[in-house]
Amino acid sequence: MTTRPASPKAPLRPADRIFAGSTIIAGGIILAALAAVAIFLVAQSIPAFVADPAEIKGSPSSFLEYVGPLVFGTIWAAFLALLMALPLSLGIALFISHYAPRPVAQGLGYIIDLLAAVPSVVFGLWGIKVLAPTLVPSYNWLVDNLGWFPLFTPPVSGTGRTVLTVAIVLAVMVIPIITSLCREVFLQTPVLHQEAALALGATRWEMIQVAVLPFGRPGIVSATMLGLGRALGETMVVAMVLSPADVISFVLTGSQNPQTIAGNIANNFPEAHGVGVNVLIATGLILFVVTLIINSVARAVVNRRRAFSGAN
Amino acid sequence: MNLTRFGTVGAIAMAGAILLSSCAANETAGSGNASGTLNGAGSSAQGSAQEAWRAAFQTANSKATINYDPSGSGAGREQFIAGGVDFAGSDSALKPEEIAGGFAGCVDGSGYVQVPVYISPIAVIFNVKGVDALNLDATTLAGIFKGTITKWDDPAIVALNPDATLPSASITAVHRSDDSGTTKNFTDYLNKVAPAVWDAPAADPFPYKVGEGANGTSGVVDAVTNGTNTIGYADASKAGSLTIAAIKVGDKFVAPSAEGAAKVVAESPAGATASDADLSVALDRTTTDPSHYPLVLVSYIDACLEYKDAKVGSLVKEYVSYIASEKGQADAAAAAGSSPLTSELSAKVLAVVGNIK
Repeated sequence: MTTRPASPKAPLRPADRIFAGSTIIAGGIILAALAAVAIFLVAQSIPAFVADPAEIKGSPSSFLEYVGPLVFGTIWAAFLALLMALPLSLGIALFISHYAPRPVAQGLGYIIDLLAAVPSVVFGLWGIKVLAPTLVPSYNWLVDNLGWFPLFTPPVSGTGRTVLTVAIVLAVMVIPIITSLCREVFLQTPVLHQEAALALGATRWEMIQVAVLPFGRPGIVSATMLGLGRALGETMVVAMVLSPADVISFVLTGSQNPQTIAGNIANNFPEAHGVGVNVLIATGLILFVVTLIINSVARAVVNRRRAFSGAN
Repeated sequence: MNLTRFGTVGAIAMAGAILLSSCAANETAGSGNASGTLNGAGSSAQGSAQEAWRAAFQTANSKATINYDPSGSGAGREQFIAGGVDFAGSDSALKPEEIAGGFAGCVDGSGYVQVPVYISPIAVIFNVKGVDALNLDATTLAGIFKGTITKWDDPAIVALNPDATLPSASITAVHRSDDSGTTKNFTDYLNKVAPAVWDAPAADPFPYKVGEGANGTSGVVDAVTNGTNTIGYADASKAGSLTIAAIKVGDKFVAPSAEGAAKVVAESPAGATASDADLSVALDRTTTDPSHYPLVLVSYIDACLEYKDAKVGSLVKEYVSYIASEKGQADAAAAAGSSPLTSELSAKVLAVVGNIK
């Protein structure tokens, strides 16, 4: 984050050249891989864009009509997941970095990292076998008592396999990613900043507000973007848990939930053939573009606010 | 001393093995000396039956290799027409326009073979506390899945089940979210028997935007099992411990059974494309004979009557003959829970398959 110190010119030794070369190759490979993915997606998508929309599943009037609800579902589920995961993750990260006694903090850190290593199919099984049935009574209550509120419009799902359940599972999966990154960033807060705040009479919470959070803001945004990337692209959980439908709906507790792009590909690919495969790959291209746009926007936000972040 | 004892045991075991294998030789799959490689693709409903057939056939014919890709009926037919695979498994009969186009793997103008090999009754499964038997007619079933009947104590359901204590709870109707032959047969039944309510034609995707979707047979069974006040449809063999509704046929209520499913297929009229080599049937959904269970899925094998490669032809003949035989049907029933063909239908199929070259 700080400006790089100007290093005096050292004579280049072979080891330096080899190392410099290998880092360039490493950097190049990631760009090449990304380019290869983009080329593959575009090339395989073209037949879907020019195909007769009647050949697409559900016979929509155009490809956009087919992909619209999927894009909505993808963003909606990821947004709900982040809405739950972000405050919780910040809380856990701050607890570990600034509140917990050292042994507790270390143990908790390990456990959080362990959570990130659980494969998503296990989260999916948990979601469908445990979480969804457990939530049914709560959903019934919400719909019975708050049914007038657009998010809880009846009818209620009898299985709990709703977008809210999916978002909760996604949140659990995203929390370790955001938490461990934020924790690392918060621990980097210059001790002088913190001590200065405390010396001015700030309480610990005020110190966090004026010193830790502003310093960590770019890190928080980056962590959130990584978490969002996982939530947007998560396939297995959505494919297993969600009761999908071809709709755009904000209802959290119903049976007709908007499907996500990744979940839709997973569910339909095994029996797709002909142009159906191209259509699914084309939805993958759309997901690629959506992710790219969201990441660029986030990066722009971070860059614009860097001057005021207190990091310099 | 120990050695001799072992020797005796060994000798007995050996003798037993020889005895058993000589017995088993009478019931092996195929001649035992079939060889070559066969590639098939299509219906995923047939998938687990095909696995059992392949395993038994390859065990009996160690030089033969059978591959089957359960990529879906439409994909299977497409690949068979293009000559990419030697045979296709399909939950729906070949369409007239598909037949008219010819088949790349067959000798020009020789025609094709289409025989039913896999019959599976579709069960209406439900999970409602305190209800362990349920009678439904097609109109009510259509109303439930179309979303016009939304409560378990709806007068239409109560009228059919005067003795049941039905809760005043919302119905969650679970359907397949992926394209499926099961959905196609289920919607075909509703469309034929209750056209006033179910106005959508039979199709692989579920036609209405109501109810809850679940992926695959296991997804539907899981959703119905784990949910409350749920109802769904799935292959009867996969229903597990769930309670199964009886559907109205004539003036009786009939639960799914292997006999009822096989009988309705055997006694249905011939399909639109039927011929000497095409045994496709137009399933009689509106039957009023209570020994029939008309909510059934039938899956075919499509093959050439004469293959360009005669070796492939003789292998297909041997493999499909085994599938349609009593042993093949029993193997599928054991592995996939399907309903064996009636012996008359099996004989008809074997006669047709015998002409494959």
